[in-house]
Amino acid sequence: MLNQVYRLVAARQFEVQTVAEEVTANDIVVRPRYLSVCHADQRYFTGSRPQATLRQKLPMALIHEGVGEVVNDPKGEFKPGTLVAMIPNTPSETDPIIKENYLPTSKFRSSGFDGFMQEFVVLRRDRVIEVPADFDHEMSAFIEMVSVGVHGLTALADTMDADKTTIGIWGDGNLGYITATLVKQLFPESQLMIFGRHQSKLDYFSFADKTYLVDDIPADLKVSQAVECTGGRGSEQAIAQIIQHIKPMGTAILMGVSEDPVGIDTRSVLAEGLTLRGTSRSGRVDFEKALDILTKSPVTRERLQNLVGLTRKVSTIQDIIDFFEGDLTNYWGKAVMEWDV
Amino acid sequence: MIYAQILAGGKGTRMGNVPMPKQFLSLADKPILIHTIEKFVLESRFDAILVVCPADWLSHTQDLVSKYVSDERVHVVTGGSERNETLMKGIEYIRDNYGLHDDDVVITHDAVRPFITSRIINDNIEAVLANPAVDTVVPAIDTIVQGSEEKIDDIPVRSTMYQGQTPQSFNIKTLIESYEALSDAQKETLSDSCKICLLAGQPVKMVRGENFNFKITTPYDLRVATALVETRS
Repeated sequence: MLNQVYRLVAARQFEVQTVAEEVTANDIVVRPRYLSVCHADQRYFTGSRPQATLRQKLPMALIHEGVGEVVNDPKGEFKPGTLVAMIPNTPSETDPIIKENYLPTSKFRSSGFDGFMQEFVVLRRDRVIEVPADFDHEMSAFIEMVSVGVHGLTALADTMDADKTTIGIWGDGNLGYITATLVKQLFPESQLMIFGRHQSKLDYFSFADKTYLVDDIPADLKVSQAVECTGGRGSEQAIAQIIQHIKPMGTAILMGVSEDPVGIDTRSVLAEGLTLRGTSRSGRVDFEKALDILTKSPVTRERLQNLVGLTRKVSTIQDIIDFFEGDLTNYWGKAVMEWDV
Repeated sequence: MIYAQILAGGKGTRMGNVPMPKQFLSLADKPILIHTIEKFVLESRFDAILVVCPADWLSHTQDLVSKYVSDERVHVVTGGSERNETLMKGIEYIRDNYGLHDDDVVITHDAVRPFITSRIINDNIEAVLANPAVDTVVPAIDTIVQGSEEKIDDIPVRSTMYQGQTPQSFNIKTLIESYEALSDAQKETLSDSCKICLLAGQPVKMVRGENFNFKITTPYDLRVATALVETRS
């Protein structure tokens, strides 16, 4: 099958490339329908990754969050038209200890391996999961990010001590919002506190028990466990505040991606017996759990629908560029493309 | 009903000394025709997909389809001696096997345009369900010059000029009525199927094609097409 792949070749420049795809009986062919932009995609689009990284990874189709319709299943297990979430992590081996998203041999879409900006995406059978028909399609576009939140909170549950009294989330952006909605489902008895830099964004977290601006946190405030969802240059300040406000022996999950190394007050980490655990991406098991939560909790789906920010139909390469540019000035929420290229 | 008709009737006269019609030549390890069929079988709204080929190449085409395509909607049909006759042979097959209904439509496509996209197919289906005829076009890049006897007669304004591609899509009853209204001379000379409807006074809707949806007609085109296709590593 001749497939048209829309690749970023340089900053702000996409080109179409025809790729001859081989479809085996173990593959599924999916027509992408709704694609959601991640900060990682924007760092490629704007050329803000290191030049050596750009040289190594481009040309490459961006986007690793999206849903599409099955157009061909050689085994007939999925009917044509079935809406599926596409799993961007593609492992080539299994390991009894290391999860699929940490295996060095795994390929991850839109990170050195073509993402979902294609006419058709050919995926291995175990890389698609059916999305219930009554789910909002635009919200479904970022189920991958929900699965990343599930993965982070699963790591928290596996690592933390028995104190579930208060869970603090640092970050008032998309990842913070998604993780916060999941805390309400996975830790229903815990008090949820959000720490952010923008009051107008914190106002969206109406379901949280408390919200604080990061320059106005009471000195004696303590959280049992913490999740860092800031990333970038904000990571350092967030981690410093977490160390300051977490109880001894607490666990902090680090989820925000920083481009440059950040300083950490290890003296305090040691003195208080803290655990800092990093998590990244997700695997099939996290997608399954995310879909299970969303299926059982209409209120979570509703909260996540409120996160849909910019939406637009794209049909040409110019539309794609305009969409990415529009997302750069989008203040709140996820940018979701209706893919019609 | 929504039908697809892949026109594979060409004899390859423009492909130099190559003895095999161009639609059967290989591109990225498969016959060009097969690449084209593969795109159409991914559209579930098609009730039947006809591949109309020269009589001499019927069994060859059937063998290729059996080898590469496993979709019961695909049927190989014998075409005619020129383009519009081939088109109407496909329509006859539809009439004889499925009957004709007022809202039946057909999306016709050149077998030698394998870079067709699902977006173009979808736009044709959407447009032909609302219009009697549809043409796929791209804005002209070069200035179009009209001339005769080595002299320019006119240079039309480029912004109103388009290059016609395929698919061309039709309400089947409109197409039949328009074709029957043509004189024999017109039937022989018309190189474009949408003009059948234009001559009958029917509006023809334009949908956007892609520059890369080009027709592989000459050895040069085949070299370009081969250079364009990357193999997934």
